[in-house]
Order: sequence, then structure tokens, then C-alpha cells
Amino acid sequence: MTTTPMTQGLVCPVPHGESERVLLGHGSGGKLSAALLRDRFLPHLANPALAALGDAALVEVRGNELAVSTDTFVVSPIEFPGGNIGSLAVHGTLNDLAMMGAEPICLSAGFILEEGLPFDVLDRIVAAMGAAARAVGVPVVTGDTKVVERGKADRMFINTTGLGLRRAGGGPAPDQARRGDRVLVSGPIGRHGMAIMAEREGIGFESKIESDSAALWPLVQPLLERLGPDLHVLRDPTRGGVASALNEIAAASRVGVSLDEGAIPVPVAVAAACEMLGLDPLYVANEGIFTAFVPAERAEEALGLLRSHPLGAEAAIIGQVTNDHPGFVILRTGLGGTRVVDLLPGDQLPRIC
Amino acid sequence: MKYLTEYRDPVVAKALLARIKSTATRRWVLMEVCGGQTHTIVKQGLDELLEDAVEMIHGPGCPVCVTPLEQIDKALQVAARPDVIFTSFGDMLRVPGSDCDLLQVRARGGQVRIVYSPLDAVELARKNPDKQVVFFAVGFETTAPANAMAVWRARQLGVRNFSVLVSHVTVPPAMCAMLDAPDNRVQGFLAAGHVCTVMGWSEYEPIAARYRVPIVVTGFEPLDILEGICLAVAQLEAGRHEVENQYVRAVRRDGTVPARTLVEEVFQLVDRKWRGIGEIPRSGLGLRAEYADFDAEIRFGLTEVTQEESGECRAGDVLRGQLKPFQCPAFGTRCTPERPLGAPMVSSEGACAAYYNYGRFRQAHAVSGTTP
Amino acid sequence: MCLGIPGRVVDVRDDQGLVMGTVDFGGIRREVCLAYVAGEVKPDDYVVVHVGFAISMVDEAEARRTFEVLREMSQLEELDWMREVADRSLDPLGGTAA
Repeated sequence: MTTTPMTQGLVCPVPHGESERVLLGHGSGGKLSAALLRDRFLPHLANPALAALGDAALVEVRGNELAVSTDTFVVSPIEFPGGNIGSLAVHGTLNDLAMMGAEPICLSAGFILEEGLPFDVLDRIVAAMGAAARAVGVPVVTGDTKVVERGKADRMFINTTGLGLRRAGGGPAPDQARRGDRVLVSGPIGRHGMAIMAEREGIGFESKIESDSAALWPLVQPLLERLGPDLHVLRDPTRGGVASALNEIAAASRVGVSLDEGAIPVPVAVAAACEMLGLDPLYVANEGIFTAFVPAERAEEALGLLRSHPLGAEAAIIGQVTNDHPGFVILRTGLGGTRVVDLLPGDQLPRIC
Repeated sequence: MKYLTEYRDPVVAKALLARIKSTATRRWVLMEVCGGQTHTIVKQGLDELLEDAVEMIHGPGCPVCVTPLEQIDKALQVAARPDVIFTSFGDMLRVPGSDCDLLQVRARGGQVRIVYSPLDAVELARKNPDKQVVFFAVGFETTAPANAMAVWRARQLGVRNFSVLVSHVTVPPAMCAMLDAPDNRVQGFLAAGHVCTVMGWSEYEPIAARYRVPIVVTGFEPLDILEGICLAVAQLEAGRHEVENQYVRAVRRDGTVPARTLVEEVFQLVDRKWRGIGEIPRSGLGLRAEYADFDAEIRFGLTEVTQEESGECRAGDVLRGQLKPFQCPAFGTRCTPERPLGAPMVSSEGACAAYYNYGRFRQAHAVSGTTP
Repeated sequence: MCLGIPGRVVDVRDDQGLVMGTVDFGGIRREVCLAYVAGEVKPDDYVVVHVGFAISMVDEAEARRTFEVLREMSQLEELDWMREVADRSLDPLGGTAA
């Protein structure tokens, strides 16, 4: 799974009819990505662990559940306010493990470096990677490096694979949302995507927005321990934002999700940047928050637990699960109107209209 | 954000809704001209909240939707050239031409970039002297001053590798075309607030008088739209047909004169085809002869290679309010946001795209027997 | 057409013959062309910005005045509604009280 494909030059469009080639939109996390997976990968690679399409795959190994997740990071620019591709590569994969309720054990890291990349840049990336891994006590135990000719990689790409262990007896999964569950978010939305956007040539702006990139296991672990099987779903809303993550869960669990617009925490600067470009924060990528689905009677408890941790200080209950409108995410606006929050075909585009 | 978020106050909104409902003695039919206004109405669910009092018909005020197929095809032609960096506003990139769209052109090797401001395109040209930079100058009168300034600036700084592909449209002729149609149902208009910020509202006065329709210059936030509707309904109930200004914080009768002046210096009125509607005389802007050396159509010898539009696409009927999107036979089946037959399904302001989201939700409720 | 949002002018300067400035939108800042409002604009004024251009000034006095009118009206509307509810509950033929 790729992260935040805000690469230089483009965001994805709605395709005109059938495409005979890979488009940027195929990496955006929306409908095109789903179609690529379904039509071009699954037919050749099918197996039960893959078919579950969770954030991490679960493989039973002699009575234990091993969680495996891999992610390739192609973000551009490779250095951005609040982090760089190195720290992101650690956080992203560790978070995929955490979303399955798996304790991270170790990481591998593969680098594709573009010829001509200055060493001081590489040093900063790798230093950040090391610091991020040490901060949560997860070693990078193996790796690989390749160099390609100038122009064949956008400075560098990083793949990280993470291994984790999950207690037997299951854990959070996208198809476990139940009617009456409350939807929580662990922090304010839209920071990562807008921090990247601020650096884009042709669109950039000055801001103090920093990426929220962070390892979430320290916040997930106490939640898992306290709530156990009542922690129904965990999902980190990376590319495609909160809207896409909730749509996937609604579809997998065959339930409706109803959101309260006023309850969704959006930092003022993110809201302002989105206004300027005509973007909706619900579709903007995040790298340091997660959504959680818990039964109504445990929602306040979960909220309290999240808020007691620095990473979860601005956690909020943003909606609930209903049997109405299964598969749809509906937002109730401040004015009392409602609208559908659909999956976008590709990435959001800045608009003039 | 100041002067923006306070116009989303739910208490005032509810009061305005109540006022509209208590003033209207029948279900009036209003058209909001601008795509940005459509966006607010759909996003805030105002259609739903207004239900019985007012029917809102979404007008053709989306430059993405109405840019003629011919111009899109010319854009695709020039963007495919290896010596060209093609620049555009973001929302134009996914509009289908006869053969493909700008993003497919990029996948095949063309250089296509999004810019936020036309001046960014001029800057790109300065930084890349060995390339030709072409900017897709689309939009209504709101955007014409920005595009005019880009051309003026390029001349002033001697940036010779910059040119524009122009496809501007103007609002008043389109409103008249709507009102002239024998099956017109629109009884009052919310005029496009930012168009009027630039142009003022004097050109709407003869329209209001001739067709006897109230025209209220309206902003874009929920309170603006509701207040605009309130004023329009009050006029209709009283049998008045005047131009009124709701958007007083940004619009004056003469608009922004320096902007109008430069637009008149750089552009001239031309006949323009509106996608889905057809040609409307003197409804577009093109470069004047004095600025012809910045015209990409001339510089690159762009030819018309257009095929006919999909016969199935009923965009024209939708844009004129004759057809609700869900009444179109292709809606949601052969025409969806992923595979659009026409422009109103592509743009996030397009009526068809808006209904695709909202309409499916309504259908889901019909199936499960619940109310939204 | 026409994503235009209000922002506060931070500075006004000349960029090779074109009047430009920095505009602040709720903490985000961007370069904006101020040429079309150059005759009136000064720092701390609010302008409406569309595609990187100030297309007009925000008339702050008008904004304040009309917003007050709206707010007053909304308070009156609430009273009307309450009166309606009270009337209905007093109507012997009108069903049960709210």
C-alpha cells in the first residue's frame, strides 16, 4: 500500500472510459486503487490472508498470529514540515500493524536511491528513520539498497515491511463495526496532506501546518488492553482521508456511518488552507491519527483513555454506526442538513469554482 | 476565518429558512447561476432543507462543465507536444475531451501541471526558457482579470515562451438564453456573487426589466444563499422584479473598475459554444488582435478535431433545468463520476455529480424504508 | 466559478511594476496580486481573493451592519416560532399541547 502520492506535478482525475495504462489516480486510495487491486493483482496472487485486505495480513504460524504489513513510500517532497520520508516510512508500516491490534516486533527497510542524491540529504532521512524506530523500540533488522539512474526515482523511494504479533483470539478488523457503535478519531484531521500541499510548486503557500506523522502503537496498546474485544475496528485514515477509511469500513461491515460535522476536529490552519484551494479536509491524508469503532457504552471510557495520552489529546467522538443507509457515510451539517460523504474516484483536485 | 465562517451560523440559518417558508405562498423556482453556490447548496443539504418552499435549479455556472469540447480537444492537442508544459487549474484536468483527458495525456508522456494562479504559469515560463508554457485560460468574468493580468505581465516582462488557450464565458448572455427558451421554468435568479464582484450588477438591470425576473446578487456561504433566496422570494411574492445586492460586503454596483479595464484591454467579446447548450452569440471572451502573439491557438496552429458529443448525454437539458439528473436514462448506470458521459458528471459542482451522491442516498432510504 | 475567500493583507509591495502582497487566510499566507485594489488597499484591510488575485476589497462596515441585521432577524424569528407554538397549544381544536 502506498502513502500520500502527492508527487510532483499531479493529482488524479476521473478517467475517461477505460485506461490502458497506470494513472496517478491508481495510487490515490480511492475507487481506481480498489479497481487496480481487484483487476490486476488479486487474480494472480489470491490467497486467504491477502483476500482479507486488512491493514496488515494475519498469518497463523503454529498457533500464534503473525501480522505482516508492507508499504512503499514515494512522498514528494521527501522532507516536509513535521518529518521526512524516513520517519514516515517507519510510522506508516508500524501503524498498519497497530491497526490490526498487533504489537510491532521488527522492521525491514528497502531503499531505491536516485543517482545524484546528496549524502547530507540521505543522512537526514536515515537519521529520522532510526530515531523513529528507536522511539518505539522497534529495530530495523534488515534492509536493502539499490541505486537507479538520475531521473528514474524521485530522489528516493523507501519500502518498509513490519512484523508484529497478535494475541490469539482475534482483534480489530474492518468488518466488525456494529449498529450503535460510536466512531472516534484520535486527533485533528488533515495535517499531513496539507503540510505536503504547502510545499507543492504552483500551489504552495506559507503555513505552520506540520505533518502529524507518528507511531500510534503507544496509543493503541492501552486502548486494546482496556477494551479487549470491544475495540471493534481500528483504521488509520492515510491517503483518501477519514472519508475513504470510513467508507471502506461501512462497506466491509455492511453498515451505515453517520457523522456529526461539528464534532470533527479540524485545525484552523488546515481548514483555511482547504478553503483557499477548495478542498474538503475529510479527504486529506493523515499519518498520525486513527479512527476507532467501539460500543456506545464504552465510548466515553475510550475517549478518556485517548485524551490522557499526548498523542490523543484532541480525540473526539465524531459519529455512530447505524443500520440505515448501509454502505453509506452520511454527514449531518451544522445547519441540520445532510449529505453523502462518498469515496472519490481519485484524488481531490484544487478547484476554482 | 473572518468574513467567512460567521456566514455559516446555524441559528441565523434556521431563522432564514423559517422566514423563507413563511413568506412563500407557493413553490417558486429559482436558479443559482454559480457552481460555487451549487456546491454550498449540495454540501450543506440546503436543497433538502428548502424542500417545499423553493425549487432550486442548478445553473450552468461551472466553467469546467461548459468549456466547449472543441477547446478541450485543442488543450489535449497542445499538451501532448513534447516542447510544451501545459498548465491549468486543477478542476479542468479530468474533463473528458473527444478522445481522452489531460491526465491520460500526461500518462502518455505529456507535461501537464496544476497551478493555483495564472501568474504561477508565467513564472514557470520564466524558469523554463527552453520550453513553451501554455496556460488554459478558462472561467467566467471572475477569472478574466487574473488571466488578463497573466498575459499583460508576460508582455511586460518579455516572457515570450508563454501563451494562453482561451475559453472564457460570460454570464448575462447565458441567462438570457435560458430565459428565451420556450420551456423555461426559472422565475428568479441568484446571480453569481464573484462575477458581480468584478463586473458590478448594472448589466443585470435590463435583464430583470425585460424578462420580469428578480435577480439577487448572492454570495457563497450558507447564510448568503439563504438570504439571497429570502430576498428573491420576497420579490416574487410582491410581484417585483429588480436587481438586489445580498453580497454587499464584496459587491458594488460598478464592480472593480481596474479589473474591468484590463479585461477590456486584453479580451474582446466573441461567440462561444457552451458545452451541452450550444453556441450563444457574444457570450465568450477571446484575445484582442493586439495580444494575438500570446494566443496559443495561433502559435501552435491548433485545429478543430472534434467528434460529436455522446448522444446520450443530456447535459444541456440538465443545465437548463429541464431535466433533473436522475431523470436522465444514463444517470448512475452508463454515466457515473468514474465514467462520465458529459461534463456535469465530472465536476464536483456539476448537477449530475451532486445528485449522484445525494440521489443514491435517497434511493438507499427508499429501499430501507427510512427517512433521511 | 468562483472560489473567492476573504483574507487579511499583511504587506503591500511592488514586484517589478506589479503590486503584490502577502495575504493571511486564518494563519495560511500566500502571495497575492493586489493590482486591482492598489488604489485603496493597505495592510490590515480585507480583500476577496480568487486564483491568487484580490478581486475586491471587503467592505467591513457593510459586513458588520448586515450581519447584525441578520442576527436581529434570527432573534425575531425565534420569538415568532415560540408565539406560534403557544397559540397552537391554546387552540381547543388543535390537538395536544406541545
